[in-house]
Amino acid sequence: MAQRVAIIGFGQTRHRSRRDDVNGVELIQEAVRAALEDADLTLDQIDAMIIGNMDHFEGVNYVDTWSVDGTGAYMKPLLKLTTGGTTGTTLGIAGYHFVASGLFDTVLVVGWEKNSESDTTGAIITCSDPIFDRFSFSGALPGLAVEASAYMKAYGITQEDAARVTVRDRRHGANNPYAHLRTPVTVEEVMNSPMLSWPVKLLDICPRTDGAAAVIFAGERKARRLAPQPAWVIATSVRHDYAYFHDIDYTRMHTIEGAAKELYQYVGIKEPLKELDVIELYQPYSFAGLKWIEALGLCPPGESPRLLWDGVTDMGGELPINPSGGVICTNCIGATGLLRIGEAALQVMGRAEGRQVPNVNLALATGFGGAFWSDMMLLGRRPW
Amino acid sequence: MKKTELLFLKEDVDIPYNWAAGRYGSLFLTRLRDEGKFIGNRCPSCGKVYLPPRVVCGPCFTPPEEIVELGDTGTLVSYSVVNYPFIDPETGSRRPIPYTLGYIRLDGCDTYLSHFVDETDPAKLTPGLRVKAVFRPREERTGRLQDVLHFKIVD
Ligand SMILES: [Zn+2]
Repeated sequence: MAQRVAIIGFGQTRHRSRRDDVNGVELIQEAVRAALEDADLTLDQIDAMIIGNMDHFEGVNYVDTWSVDGTGAYMKPLLKLTTGGTTGTTLGIAGYHFVASGLFDTVLVVGWEKNSESDTTGAIITCSDPIFDRFSFSGALPGLAVEASAYMKAYGITQEDAARVTVRDRRHGANNPYAHLRTPVTVEEVMNSPMLSWPVKLLDICPRTDGAAAVIFAGERKARRLAPQPAWVIATSVRHDYAYFHDIDYTRMHTIEGAAKELYQYVGIKEPLKELDVIELYQPYSFAGLKWIEALGLCPPGESPRLLWDGVTDMGGELPINPSGGVICTNCIGATGLLRIGEAALQVMGRAEGRQVPNVNLALATGFGGAFWSDMMLLGRRPW
Repeated sequence: MKKTELLFLKEDVDIPYNWAAGRYGSLFLTRLRDEGKFIGNRCPSCGKVYLPPRVVCGPCFTPPEEIVELGDTGTLVSYSVVNYPFIDPETGSRRPIPYTLGYIRLDGCDTYLSHFVDETDPAKLTPGLRVKAVFRPREERTGRLQDVLHFKIVD
């Protein structure tokens, strides 16, 4: 009964810092409609749906039921998933599992967030343990900054090295009409931006965004019939290690190492820098664009700044990262991981327009969340 | 269509919670409150000493039953000087800034403690610094991690 699976449609909203003209359900509806149009499908042709966000940002704790008008899941199987930052990638992996099982042939997954509706940091603090973490945990930004301070000390990384990552993603984001931030910035501008949580400055960190994304997965026969070039799901992987933020080994990114190793072994990738064609990296701040690509095996630990400064990960480089502008340009949290998957799918389908990398055979999408947890989806032009 | 005035519904009511600290968590917090001491527990399988002490070592899925007394000094593993405004869900109002969030490895322990460091100049902070716990006076302690006021740099 198991079957191969491909992505045949992707839709997203025009992402903004706030969308006061719509409520959450109406925002979801825009992405669902866009994905159906993209795949040239009607709701009747969708067998099941999965929806996700981080409930505490909007304070609505029965999102699956509440959003049914917007998803179009009226009288359909519908499931809610929420796994923090990885929600979007979890949604994609679950959509893949649903279709791969053979129980459903077309599944629409939708991730969304209206970050403008609450204090993002305050809401994120409620993700931490109420007794041992919460009084000192300070949200995503300082939670990442502690990783940066340990990484800088261990390898002699500078704030300028990290700034180069922002410069890349903001330059790429200018090519993406859907991105929230679309103006390029310079290293000097990053360095001169306000210090929010040492060593992380305003332009090192992702914005908070209102937006939604939807992706349609289909079984092999249907995918071949409905899409000129489907984006085939080659493999997925998920790694969790610790629950308390204070348990984590900040000198290495173990969950990315583990998740990437599983994917590479599955398809026989030995030199990811040469063999992957594009990466949509869930990179919530600039320093992750250094340390985490080392964890992905693109170079030895501490050597990533060279890849950045040499332009290896820029558009036109050997392995472009975040042609969409990535999380540094757009972060509607429950949709963010799904945007990585959708954008990677567009690259494989050859439909990424102004942000297209030429001849993409293999595209990697990653997710990040929780206490430094990771998950990944590898997409390819041919089924595995 | 005529331009519509866009409205918002404001909600700022708290729902109270009562979180159980559990057997090990309660033991840790009462020792902290009554004796000004940190305790952890050791996994018999991998030997790792955990703070806070817990009912199971995740990687081994084994109960770390042996209680270990830890010192009140340790090493600063990583940190960030926090200087942006946000709502603290603990209080419902803005957490005072700047402050320094530090992950501290207490002597004799393998995991870290998440707490505050009494130094907000990044030039005076670096991973590897020795730090020591500063406790609130006994009569002010209530059995929370905040019974420790902060950590101070000792070298
Ligand atoms: Zn163990």
